[in-house]
Amino acid sequence: MGHYLTLLASNIIVNNYVLTRFLGLCIFFGVSKSLNASIGMGMAVTSVMTLSSMLAWVIYHFVLTPFHLTFLTTAVFVLLIASFVQLLEMIIKKHAPTLYNMWGIYLLLIATNCVVLGVPLLNVENNYSFLESSVSAVGAGLGFALAIVLMASLREKLRLADVPKPLQGLGVAFILAGMLALAFLGFSGMISV
Amino acid sequence: MSNLEIAIAVLVVMTLVGLAFGLVLAFANKKFFIEVNPLIHIVEDILPKGQCGACGYAGCMAYAEAVVINPDVASNLCVPGKAPVAKLVADLTGKAAEEVEPKVAFVKCAGSISKAIRAYEYKGVQDCVAATLLQGGPKGCQHGCIGFGTCVKKCPFDAMTVSDEGLPIVDNEKCTGCGVCKTVCPKKVIELVPIGIHVALNCNSKDKGVITRKLCTVGCIGCGLCVKTCPHSAIKLENNLAVVDPEICVSMCTENTCLYKCPTGAIKDAIEKIPQKTITEKVVENNTLAN
Repeated sequence: MGHYLTLLASNIIVNNYVLTRFLGLCIFFGVSKSLNASIGMGMAVTSVMTLSSMLAWVIYHFVLTPFHLTFLTTAVFVLLIASFVQLLEMIIKKHAPTLYNMWGIYLLLIATNCVVLGVPLLNVENNYSFLESSVSAVGAGLGFALAIVLMASLREKLRLADVPKPLQGLGVAFILAGMLALAFLGFSGMISV
Repeated sequence: MSNLEIAIAVLVVMTLVGLAFGLVLAFANKKFFIEVNPLIHIVEDILPKGQCGACGYAGCMAYAEAVVINPDVASNLCVPGKAPVAKLVADLTGKAAEEVEPKVAFVKCAGSISKAIRAYEYKGVQDCVAATLLQGGPKGCQHGCIGFGTCVKKCPFDAMTVSDEGLPIVDNEKCTGCGVCKTVCPKKVIELVPIGIHVALNCNSKDKGVITRKLCTVGCIGCGLCVKTCPHSAIKLENNLAVVDPEICVSMCTENTCLYKCPTGAIKDAIEKIPQKTITEKVVENNTLAN
């Protein structure tokens, strides 16, 4: 149990995928303009990442390994995630229209996203068991949600600030992300998995 | 395994995996198929499909959906479609038809290359938004049109061109008043004005008169002569700029006195820039176009 909790905490804070590994930066900057949107995006990424990590583990261990085709992992995972997001979109659209109205646009953004692909790939690389990779994916998702929510809250406050002209908009957002990453650097080495 | 065996395994496994995903998706498409109100597609067909968002929705499809499903959404929100589309949408959705006031885009800047000074020579990406990032653009006046034609590129109806003098020209016949240009312009120099307005201010400079004078020969210096001279009190001074109230101007003015009083010519005759057709004429024309 302790091992899984460590893994979870490690992926949320210490090895935060956005702020220490710099994955998923496109949605991190794209959808962090308002707090509401960022919460939606964080939740969507967490659920998609968890489910696709589980599926990816199954495919990797029951399809790719027996046929000695592990060099195809990246290609197969891209295919898997893209079609899985499509499927999820259809299901949500049919059974939870309200949720679809909230998440619909984010789901499509996630279909081809590096952090969603990166987590299953790293899980496979680290030889995680099924449970370990699910927990690590939940942690990665929550870590992403934490980072994007922090960023969105800061950027909402920043709208009132007097930013120098050359830095307005994305410029200051990059600086802010750098500072956040520096802050998260303080956690490094606290947990080693 | 030999190379051949690996190649065959790759082919077989990838085909099967792809096939499996494809089948699942195809099955899901059938299983989770959602019936949509066919009226939505009919309404969407009527809309101009500029996807301009002037109605306040994400696109024509989103507006069609909203106007069919939600009884509170008005049938006249499509600005480019003007009266004919509003009437058709109202008929289809069973809502009361309301008037659409026809508008056109108007560039509030006359500071062409020969009339306004440049602060520096810009050689970067030929785009207004990019140029604005560099010290607010190459133009001396921080409020004027930069003239790289971001609005021209974004216009969904091909109604704009950039003149030799480095200012956008609006083709009033093609302009539908959707306001996309107004949204993309980093200097906020484009405004939507009602068709039939008599005069309009050809300047956007909120600087003090002295500064405006230095930077541009045709800028509004905020002297207020036009305010005093207008017999209908249709003009006010705001932020060192004369602001024309379009409603009073369209309905009351016959003499255009402000035009002749303006010392810099910033209140330029709108007659050459904005069509003087009456609203009914434009609607009739739109009707014939729609048919």
